[in-house]
Amino acid sequence: MNNLIKGEKHDWEMVIGLEIHAQVKSNSKLFSSSSTKFGSSPNSQVSLVDAAMPGMLPVINKYCVEQAVKTGVGLNAKINNYSVFDRKNYFYADLPQGYQISQYKYPIVGEGKVTIDFKDGTSKDIRIVRLHLEQDAGKSLHDQNPSKTYVDLNRSGVALMEIVSEPDIRTPDEAGMYISKIRSILMYLDTCDGNMQEGSLRADVNISVRKPGDKYGTRCEIKNLNSIKFIKQAINYEAKRQIEILESGGSIEQNTMLFNTSTGKTRPMRNKEEAHDYRYFPDPDLLPLEISKEEIGKIKSSIPELPDELKNKFIETYKLSNYDASVLTAEKQTSDYFNETINSDSELKNHAKIVVNWITSELFSLLNKNNQDLNNSPVSPENLGQLIKLISTNEISGKIAKDVLEDMFSSGKTARQIVDEKDLQQVTDHGEITKVIDEVIAENPKMVEQYLAGKDKLLGFFVGQAMKLTKGKANPKMLNDILKQKLNKKN
Amino acid sequence: MSKSSLKQTLKDLDTKKISIRELNQDYLKRIKENENLNVFIHFSEDNVLKQIDNLENDNSAKKLKGIPIAIKDLFCTKSMPTTAASKILENFNPTYESFVTQKLLDEGSIFVGKTNLDEFAMGSATNTSFFGNTINPLSKENEPLAPGGSSGGSAAAVAADLCLGATGTDTGGSIRQPASFCGVVGIKPTYGLCSRWGIAAFASSLDQAGIFSHNVEDASILLQSIAGFDQRDSTSAKVDIPNYFENLDDDLNGKTVGIPKEYSIDGTPMEISQIWEDAIKVLEKKGVKIKNISLPHTKYALPTYYIIAPAEASSNLARYDGVKYGFRSDEINSLDEMYENTRAQGFGREVKRRILIGTYVLSAGYYDAYYLKAQKVRKLIADDFNKAFKECDFIVTPTAPSAAFPLNEKQNDPIKMYLNDVFTVPASLAGLPGISIPFGKDKNNLPLGIQILGKHFDEQQVFNAAVSLERSYE
Repeated sequence: MNNLIKGEKHDWEMVIGLEIHAQVKSNSKLFSSSSTKFGSSPNSQVSLVDAAMPGMLPVINKYCVEQAVKTGVGLNAKINNYSVFDRKNYFYADLPQGYQISQYKYPIVGEGKVTIDFKDGTSKDIRIVRLHLEQDAGKSLHDQNPSKTYVDLNRSGVALMEIVSEPDIRTPDEAGMYISKIRSILMYLDTCDGNMQEGSLRADVNISVRKPGDKYGTRCEIKNLNSIKFIKQAINYEAKRQIEILESGGSIEQNTMLFNTSTGKTRPMRNKEEAHDYRYFPDPDLLPLEISKEEIGKIKSSIPELPDELKNKFIETYKLSNYDASVLTAEKQTSDYFNETINSDSELKNHAKIVVNWITSELFSLLNKNNQDLNNSPVSPENLGQLIKLISTNEISGKIAKDVLEDMFSSGKTARQIVDEKDLQQVTDHGEITKVIDEVIAENPKMVEQYLAGKDKLLGFFVGQAMKLTKGKANPKMLNDILKQKLNKKN
Repeated sequence: MSKSSLKQTLKDLDTKKISIRELNQDYLKRIKENENLNVFIHFSEDNVLKQIDNLENDNSAKKLKGIPIAIKDLFCTKSMPTTAASKILENFNPTYESFVTQKLLDEGSIFVGKTNLDEFAMGSATNTSFFGNTINPLSKENEPLAPGGSSGGSAAAVAADLCLGATGTDTGGSIRQPASFCGVVGIKPTYGLCSRWGIAAFASSLDQAGIFSHNVEDASILLQSIAGFDQRDSTSAKVDIPNYFENLDDDLNGKTVGIPKEYSIDGTPMEISQIWEDAIKVLEKKGVKIKNISLPHTKYALPTYYIIAPAEASSNLARYDGVKYGFRSDEINSLDEMYENTRAQGFGREVKRRILIGTYVLSAGYYDAYYLKAQKVRKLIADDFNKAFKECDFIVTPTAPSAAFPLNEKQNDPIKMYLNDVFTVPASLAGLPGISIPFGKDKNNLPLGIQILGKHFDEQQVFNAAVSLERSYE
């Protein structure tokens, strides 16, 4: 595969690494019992600890630790029995303690990897450096008053997992696929709700460019991107910017950048000299985190089937292609839907490919058109199963089935109801079809002549006429067969 | 008037020889007479009277019912403001009660006021307080003496008999040294025995709450009341708390005392060496085996302490930024300016000095040479003690290298001031329990203190040795 981008003078390769910040799905914060609910009124979910009142002390939320371990297992990573919380010291108005509790030297999770799958059936491993737990900061609200900044501490102290990748990513698409895969794994594990709009999942992107084969170039870090679209845009823009500088003889300054979502451009936030000295040191308020092998084992055994396992299972059981199976397993709701559909009737197991197509193309496009989600799809897996069964047993044609699905979608009725009510059952009676064909042939002698003279294309005309007469219900294969038979007889 | 003990007072209250009101009015009177000592940052007679009213209507049995206690103004209290002796927390009223003070309230004690201290407990003379110095009650009229520090207000409150006991905190000697200077008993228990929840932090890995009292028995009663596990403090220890008072035993026959040779320091006044020898002689007479021990890393304790404590403080005090509570400068044109001016105007010189030291030793490029090395040395110091305690049951040393010094001495020489902690800091770094008891006087008739150190969570042995020495001295 050619991942290179053309500059004015050379081809260039991007080298990309991601730091993903995933909010841990838990009811309470990492070191306090305050709620983590999104969208509550400002400062309504702030404990004395979150506000860093004098003498307040952090106490680790064990559930968040379990969630991090779970995630580590899901990332095929090494779980560390011993990890340490450090203080990352800096001043900001929405950082009440004046430091963020994070993990620096000894993270809870070490090296791991995830696999991304390409359309052409190939795949690639992206290595994970580490995952560590840390607190989120509050929010500074600059737009409430022309001369003042307000601070909302509801988010202050919420648990985050920072997942750091090796610079194994080479294209914006790979970056998108990587973050989608991480998101998918987190959602299967139920350790993060994956909601990028609400900021539950966001990423910092490290990017540099090099001539193929050269060593890594100087990188820039683009902060705080909260959609896959923006991640790709930002990478594209930043790579172009760097290439232009290098090709005009300049050099890259190691900067921290911000991405402007309305202009699609990156701009420097601070350079290396202005970088903070965070003065990390072990938080003396907290003991090192020790997790026994038994505890890790217990957590491991509680882990549900993950996308890759499920993908392999689908490939094996239903003989699906790698790509189909990866589309199906990318989101838990899709694989759940598929499972429920295919298990709704024992017959359907032999038509897995049809089931996949009806979910990922027909149903998805209806959902998209109506701005709806699979989770609250008006068509239940059982009903979709019933529709597919009608197709597979030749009761209705695939074409009619599309109309039926649209009807199901808007009316909420079952496929069977609609087919019965509208009398859409396929005509498979040999005599009935023959009768219609005879009629069509009789009414179009000129056409028949032309057809027999070699104008094969006219076959479609006869099919269309016959279908019209049966209101589209004639079994297409039978119609075709009988028509050809009749016409050829005339010869 | 001879000071009555907590133990005796509890008896008198029990037998109705005296009422809670009479008792506390007696103390209120003395507090008002001694205002010149500047013992309290916060004192309100009304507040005390209200507490008396409440207790008079309370029929439940409580262990310390009606006992007047003074609280170091580093403990957050709901009924009184909490300042840490800093301008930056002037007028700060916590909505919560610290673990230790809640325990005392649950036992029915009366809080007479919040005592003065060095700002954020940083000092050895209670002279860095935003609210002025406390004067040692033992001062001669024309020569005011320092009460020691940082818990100088609490030590002075007990010494002047303004309460029957007081809370303190000890990070590197802040209970033991002022106890020695004021001629009272002061115990710093094992790190983790009393929860730090609700105590404004100075150095989290060293801070520990403790008690001042007139005598060892009283200290054993009060420590029992404030000790215990607290799930809100991750460094709080899950240990059984024995009844120290019931278990007090002054028979030390067969025990071994360790005498560390490294605590004989050049320049220590004769009188200090003398009382140390006297104490050893007394113990010997009681059948205690004298064992010369070595704590080889003692000389590194002070520099180690003055790296670790400021490092933690520089981070712990970052929360005082003018954003959420406490003092905020008026001169603000930007966020950075708000931080700069608030902290420049809100903190005193010593606190700023330590924040700067702490920031420096944690900085990139210096971390390994200072903070990391100090952590390693701290481990060696703790190992010294662990080894020593294989050969002895407790250790006896002087508490401080001098008696109380004049108020303004050493004010401008931080290094000299830091040397006050030379005997107390090693046990702090090792997290060990230590008590200071009055033992002998210097040539000016000022009290001197003897320090007894014990194994982790062996407060009972510390009390036993202390009560034994105390009784033989009396």
